[in-house]
Amino acid sequence: MIRVQEADFDIGAELAQLTDGRRDIGGVACFVGLVRDMLRKPEAGEESITAMTLEHYPGMTEKRLAEIEAEARARWPLEGSLIIHRVGRLLPGERIVLVATASSHRQAALESCQFLIDWLKTQAPFWKLEETSSGAHWVAARASDDQAAERWRRS
Amino acid sequence: MKLLYFAWLRGKLGKASEELSPPPGVATVGQLLDWLETLSPAYKAALADRRVVKVAVNLEYVGAEHPVAPGDEVALFPPVTGG
Repeated sequence: MIRVQEADFDIGAELAQLTDGRRDIGGVACFVGLVRDMLRKPEAGEESITAMTLEHYPGMTEKRLAEIEAEARARWPLEGSLIIHRVGRLLPGERIVLVATASSHRQAALESCQFLIDWLKTQAPFWKLEETSSGAHWVAARASDDQAAERWRRS
Repeated sequence: MKLLYFAWLRGKLGKASEELSPPPGVATVGQLLDWLETLSPAYKAALADRRVVKVAVNLEYVGAEHPVAPGDEVALFPPVTGG
């Protein structure tokens, strides 16, 4: 299931719903992404992040997330999966994204969860605008995220 | 043709979307970007580094050789940074 929303989510309630009434699920893996108040590079003056605004491309976001989820379900034997991504203005410490996968066995759940967040970060059309004391800056894509996604690529 | 701009591309162009009618001869994504660059210095500046301009046609990522047609929705945006 895919949800793109401004509202926060309740991790416990979401995971409970994923497994409610099921007796075939042996494990659930989940990743929660948070807004981090990271120090910027020292040469940039070590600014704190005061807020982060998530912009997306309505329509393409949902389509791309559904394709990424379908790819995970084709690669691993999953009994359930959930991607929730928030948009709008968020403060440090707030939740941005939840990825959860459920399977009979832990390996499929853990691997597919990592696959989903790695692919989501490089494929789904979201952009982060950081607010700092010196103004707002669009976050640049990171090569390390591309490398993380690349190792899941099949030739 | 509907053009959509996101993130800093929207900021540099000063608009989120517009309807444009490229002239005959603009048949691919690459040709569309070349034509956009001729419209004004703002487009030229926004599209100067093609490595950081990603393109989706009708909600699918495409490359410079992909065809474009009058009814298409073409989105231009920087590399994504979600998650």
